[in-house]
Amino acid sequence: MAADTIFALSSGQPPAAIAIVRISGPKASDALKALSGSVPEERRARLAKLNDPVSGDLLDTALVLWFPGPNSASGEDLAEIHCHGGRAVVRILEKALENMDGLRPAEPGEFTRRAFTHGRMDLAEAEGLSDLLFAETELQRRSAVQAAGGALSRKVEDWQSAILRLSAMVEAELDFSDEDDVTPAQLSVVHSAAAELAKEMKNMLDRPRAEKLREGVRVVLGGPPNSGKSTLLNALVEREAAIVSSIAGTTRDVIEVPIAIKGIPFLFIDTAGVRDEGAEEIERIGIDRARQQFDLADLILWLGREGEGPHNANMVEIASRQDHPDYLPKSSDTLSVSPITGDGMDALVTLLVDRAKKIVPRGDEISVNKRQAHHLNDAQQNLDAISGLQDYLIIAEQLRLARSALDALTGRASTEDMLDSLFGKFCIGK
Amino acid sequence: MNCDFDLIVVGGGHAGCEAAAVAARMGVRTALVSFTKDSIGAMSCNPAIGGLGKGHLVREVDAFDGLIGRAADAAAIHYRMLNLSKGAAVQGPRVQADRKLYKAAIHRMLDAQDNLSIVEGEVASLIFDGQTVSGINFADERQVTASAVILATGTFLNGKLFRGEETFAGGRTGEASAVSLGQQIRDADLPIARLKTGTPPRIDGRTIDWASLPEQPSDDDGWTMSPMSSRRDVPQTFCSVSRTSAATHDIIRDNLDRSPLFSGAIDAQGPRYCPSIEDKIHRFADRDSHQVFLEPEGLDTNLVYPNGISTSLPVDVQEAFVRTMDGLSKAEIIVPGYAVEYDHIDPRALDRSLKVRDLDGLYCAGQINGTTGYEEAAAQGLVAGIGAACAIQGKDAPQLDRGTSYMAVMIDDLVLQGVTEPYRMLTARAEYRLRLRADNATTRLSPVAEAIGCLGSERLTWFTERQTQRMAIMQELETVYSCEAIADQGIEVRRDGTKQSLFDWLRFPNISIHALSGLGVSVADTHKGLLAEVEEDARYAPYLQRQESELRDLRANEQIRLGDDLDYAAIAGLSNEMVERLKGARPETLAAASRVRGITPAALAAILVHARRREAKTLAA
Repeated sequence: MAADTIFALSSGQPPAAIAIVRISGPKASDALKALSGSVPEERRARLAKLNDPVSGDLLDTALVLWFPGPNSASGEDLAEIHCHGGRAVVRILEKALENMDGLRPAEPGEFTRRAFTHGRMDLAEAEGLSDLLFAETELQRRSAVQAAGGALSRKVEDWQSAILRLSAMVEAELDFSDEDDVTPAQLSVVHSAAAELAKEMKNMLDRPRAEKLREGVRVVLGGPPNSGKSTLLNALVEREAAIVSSIAGTTRDVIEVPIAIKGIPFLFIDTAGVRDEGAEEIERIGIDRARQQFDLADLILWLGREGEGPHNANMVEIASRQDHPDYLPKSSDTLSVSPITGDGMDALVTLLVDRAKKIVPRGDEISVNKRQAHHLNDAQQNLDAISGLQDYLIIAEQLRLARSALDALTGRASTEDMLDSLFGKFCIGK
Repeated sequence: MNCDFDLIVVGGGHAGCEAAAVAARMGVRTALVSFTKDSIGAMSCNPAIGGLGKGHLVREVDAFDGLIGRAADAAAIHYRMLNLSKGAAVQGPRVQADRKLYKAAIHRMLDAQDNLSIVEGEVASLIFDGQTVSGINFADERQVTASAVILATGTFLNGKLFRGEETFAGGRTGEASAVSLGQQIRDADLPIARLKTGTPPRIDGRTIDWASLPEQPSDDDGWTMSPMSSRRDVPQTFCSVSRTSAATHDIIRDNLDRSPLFSGAIDAQGPRYCPSIEDKIHRFADRDSHQVFLEPEGLDTNLVYPNGISTSLPVDVQEAFVRTMDGLSKAEIIVPGYAVEYDHIDPRALDRSLKVRDLDGLYCAGQINGTTGYEEAAAQGLVAGIGAACAIQGKDAPQLDRGTSYMAVMIDDLVLQGVTEPYRMLTARAEYRLRLRADNATTRLSPVAEAIGCLGSERLTWFTERQTQRMAIMQELETVYSCEAIADQGIEVRRDGTKQSLFDWLRFPNISIHALSGLGVSVADTHKGLLAEVEEDARYAPYLQRQESELRDLRANEQIRLGDDLDYAAIAGLSNEMVERLKGARPETLAAASRVRGITPAALAAILVHARRREAKTLAA
């Protein structure tokens, strides 16, 4: 019945030893094939190398399982990928899936909903669900109010009424243009109003995501082997007593360490040394991973030779190991630190905090989470497409789509998304 | 029981005629009951058929081989395609119709229809057999029995006319209203509310200075309301445009206290989109002039319908203000305008076939359900007629949803949301209007009509041929052409190596099938408008594709039935307001419940779980 194929992380928040990503829907087998080359025998775990279908980069080595519908947890064709549980691995895998045609991230509770509609949930579960719903409604309401003091809802309501006003203008032109006294809607007015709304939404979308506060600012330490990455990381860890936990990355070559500095959550990532040539097979995988880490980073501290770091706007050159015999001096304005003596460490911390402030949402500013951003983006795109359109009919359709995207965002009862939001209280993918 | 008929339709307006005719086409023995035979097929208000949204309804009824489109063509003295400058989806065919010719055409078609009898008389009451309606009693004590009755009584239920300080009982001027039937319906516990509507004064065309007014000629490209009307048989005339002036507004403003709308005599809600002239002057005080179309009522009558000055002011005020309008300084009023207040049934008491949910064998169609307009009435008549005929024949009535037709949009709105003002069709009501065009009504709906057996043989032959030709065109359009081939025809396209089917190429506004004839693209075009229809399909194809997943969700949720007797008060998590709304609307499916105003996703979750749980209990029992 549902045509979209959805995917989501179905295990707990990484990092963890393993992570389970589920894919459900008609394209589940295509997705599995694209990643691992083939679909395994049903209900048998198989070890497979996962490659990015576009770039061919190796993503991870994982267990894959195949459950054809209707005898699966969701009642549809279902694939499970048990990969390593590092955040980066999961993130990269999700990114690859999202890039596939016909696949999209699951809405909260969507797996449950599909299971329910396909009769895969039994009555006892449903009864429990029903009892929970009353509390759920109240909870949702409260959390919506709490979110930035209800500012997001208010903002979205403003947008909704602005779009409704535009719709009304266009509809009047479509339904009443022949009748008495309808002032013709000015196309230019509609164009500029839609563009203005799209811009406002874009600004909101460009702001840091709410999840950053939970996940931390990703700082990747980069540089060739023995360039002092681990030493620097250890120094930061020792200096800031506020280590949340120290968990070895689940891959052999990436270490993730969450640290809070001045109340801001950071996630430091120590990559395998980056070396271009002569790498053994295992090391090559590590190097691929490091490159992927650079792509996901909010900030890269480059400890290698000046100018040899990744071409990335988020990269900052650091002259490390001031005190070391192999010290590589960099240009005069480069931050120079010595983890051993502590020289320059204050300046480094200031730099980190300054950068982070631009990346984590400010308390006094509305921020959206990933799910909200998805719908807001949808609305934004539909409004953005209006500029230049001459056909009132199509403009009206774009406005309708933008309205229903916002309906989905606030969870208002709109036909399309109502069942999606039904079980909205459940974690994604359960 | 041996019934006199299978079906009785009470009322010979647009709803009643379509209901009786479609049932008869489906082979049901039908009686059409009217005060007098002569009043059947009358156009009681403006002499126009079609328009935006309304033209769509006409074409949809026509796709079921209904009467309204063909009768409109037989009577059309002026054709106009509204919104011609906009996309085909919102173009509305509209005609001015000669009242006499229209009525004559309806009579001709009804007389020629097998299984259909016309019975004259005033219906006094319904015959109840417990909770089942089994016939009617006439005022003269005759009885007629049937397995089902469709009430299509328009504004005749407790109708009250207002003109200035005067009031009269009645539906239209000069006709008695069905008071006793109205009382019985109230007694049967059907939810009743009141609405009002109005009509303008009719002017003697000989007293209008036509020469001083801008003319609006009839469209000349030969299109017709029904494809079964091969050509325009009636001489074409023109309409003119007059305007109100500052003096008009002064007179109306000075006499507002004499209008029953403002004195408080009428408190029922009138239509926002079709306000009386006194309403317009009062609410839009800043406008100094309003446009008024002068529409001739027929070829051999002098009556002119001034569209835009519906009023219930006293006669002397009507005369005074009319004479201040452009070209009307010497105008004589033949029939003054009036307002009418009438009972209607809250349509939320009906199911999707327009049957009263709590009674068997009783259907309601047309203005009695709180709608306005001939086209809305005709479409409801068709739906009720099909519903009753299917029930009588033991067939499943066709399931039409918001993605397939304006008719279904209207029925869904009515039975789910009810009405707060006379309901009129607008294209804005149809979310999926890009696919619901007036020009593709037959493609969308005639297959459904064919399946339930309501196409006459002539129409069936025509439609079968058209489908064959459509398939041939679609096949031709599957041919793949490169951008070079297209560009070589002198058409501006980017030479970027694109290769795609002709259908896909037609998305570009500068490419048409005609422009590609140099490529050897040849399609037969014997069915007027078919090529244009296919081109329009192609033009909007990307948008239609985007709607597909939306429609899939909609249709999936339409499959989740809630049951008529769901006890919403017993569902934890619903607010009192939601319970009230849901009780009123009694949504048949989860999709319908989602469209009830104010119902949140969490509430829907609760409803779904409750319904599933109940279903399981029923199965277990």
